[in-house]
Amino acid sequence: MAGPIQRPVSEISSDVAAAGDGATGDGATGAGAPGGKTVLGADEIRRALSRIGHEILERTDGGKEVVLLGIPTRGVPLARRLAARVAQTEGIDVPAGSLDITLYRDDLRLRPARALGPTEVPASGIDGKIVILVDDVLYSGRTVRAALDALGDLGRPRAVQLAVLVDRGHRELPIRADYVGKNLPTSKREAVKVLLTETDGMDSVMLQVTPGGPAGAGEGQ
Amino acid sequence: MNRHLISAADLSFADAVSILDTAEELARLAERPIPKLPTLRGRTVVNLFYEDSTRTRISFEAAAKRLSADVINFSAKGSSVAKGESLKDTALTLQAMGADAVVIRHNASGAPHRLAEWVKGSVVNAGDGTHEHPTQALLDAFTMRRRLGHLDGLNVTIVGDILHSRVARSNVWLLKTLNANVTLVAPPTLLPVAVGTWPCRVSYDLSSELKDSDVVMMLRVQHERMSEAYFPSVREYSRRYGLDSDRMALLPDHAIVMHPGPMNRGVEIAADVADSKRSTIVEQVANGVAVRMAVLYLLLGGGAAQ
Repeated sequence: MAGPIQRPVSEISSDVAAAGDGATGDGATGAGAPGGKTVLGADEIRRALSRIGHEILERTDGGKEVVLLGIPTRGVPLARRLAARVAQTEGIDVPAGSLDITLYRDDLRLRPARALGPTEVPASGIDGKIVILVDDVLYSGRTVRAALDALGDLGRPRAVQLAVLVDRGHRELPIRADYVGKNLPTSKREAVKVLLTETDGMDSVMLQVTPGGPAGAGEGQ
Repeated sequence: MNRHLISAADLSFADAVSILDTAEELARLAERPIPKLPTLRGRTVVNLFYEDSTRTRISFEAAAKRLSADVINFSAKGSSVAKGESLKDTALTLQAMGADAVVIRHNASGAPHRLAEWVKGSVVNAGDGTHEHPTQALLDAFTMRRRLGHLDGLNVTIVGDILHSRVARSNVWLLKTLNANVTLVAPPTLLPVAVGTWPCRVSYDLSSELKDSDVVMMLRVQHERMSEAYFPSVREYSRRYGLDSDRMALLPDHAIVMHPGPMNRGVEIAADVADSKRSTIVEQVANGVAVRMAVLYLLLGGGAAQ
């Protein structure tokens, strides 16, 4: 269980201040990317998700009124897997959907307009529910901030929680995760690359050193 | 994608699909309790309308507002244009006010193209003379894709006043890019001279085209642009080129009937056809907002590449 990670606000440097969360750029799928150190293998990812599934059940009174919303791209399959895990353990159906945050990003003006991901909110809606946002990597916290804004336009959840597969630190906003698969201390020069079977054909989390230096390192989406 | 949207012919396959896919996501916004996004906060969109328009202007205004842009509406009536101000001077005024995008409708073909040379922001063509109306073609393609599932290989029959129709022109080019097959049906007097160079078939017999059509798009007879007699009488036009329920029965079961509006009920389209289940006319209006949001987002939502 992850507590808040204390990092001084002064750490925000101009070159990374605009960086989104996550580590796996939309263009950076497996093909052609250099290798890197494997941090989590398929079994470890499976175990981490099982543990998070149990933690969710513990902390939400058996998963009552829970809605899992994955943030595209790789948060979506993670949310589905967590829903399946919860269903397996407790025999209840937890609705899973997706929440695209592109239109709420704070760095839209820094790059050409990007393609939108799908937003699919389960038919039951989110009003009065416990919404658990699911993403692959937690980094600056900016993606989560955008997701909170997007949620506000969709309804009024009773509570919002955050589940991530990897927390790599370097927060730029006062945001923390409620459920963490692995805390992974990184340098800003490194990129965390999450591969999932649904999107990349295999399950793996890798740590790569980017030659370009911190400006492009591990910048999300 | 280009900085401006002036002609549907400028759109590549990837551009067109990206607009349609973006519109698909944005169309769901209407179902939300708060159908508004913060994406274009602080951006100014000017609607510069030199010609009357109901749905296009309202549609662009709604699209810009749903993306939180500031909207300035300018219509030639009641502005300095009535005092004789030129398009260029109007453009420079808008430039000085910091317009990020100018949506222009003008009765002269090519006006948006000229405007794009004078303003720094993006120019979106909302209809220029008898030239093009690209966002209408995009929303038509979007409506076809939503109803029929795909565009590839669709047989689209466009019927009526092709000569004066910017909608037809834009549709021919866009649908060609998206790999649909277009057939134009019109009296010879209402076809442009150069239609032989367009990427489409031409026919003069509506009934014989209908059985293979997945989409039939009826165009309005544009009396306001007609300075001479193009056909003997409205009644004769209606009998040969109008879509009534008997003709509609010739269409395959899945086929849809489109009309860009405004309609002349009883001329190019019978009232019971316009109100039938096959008709997408109201849907087209709703889809127009989503498609224009997609265009504004893709033109204004990003910044320069780094």
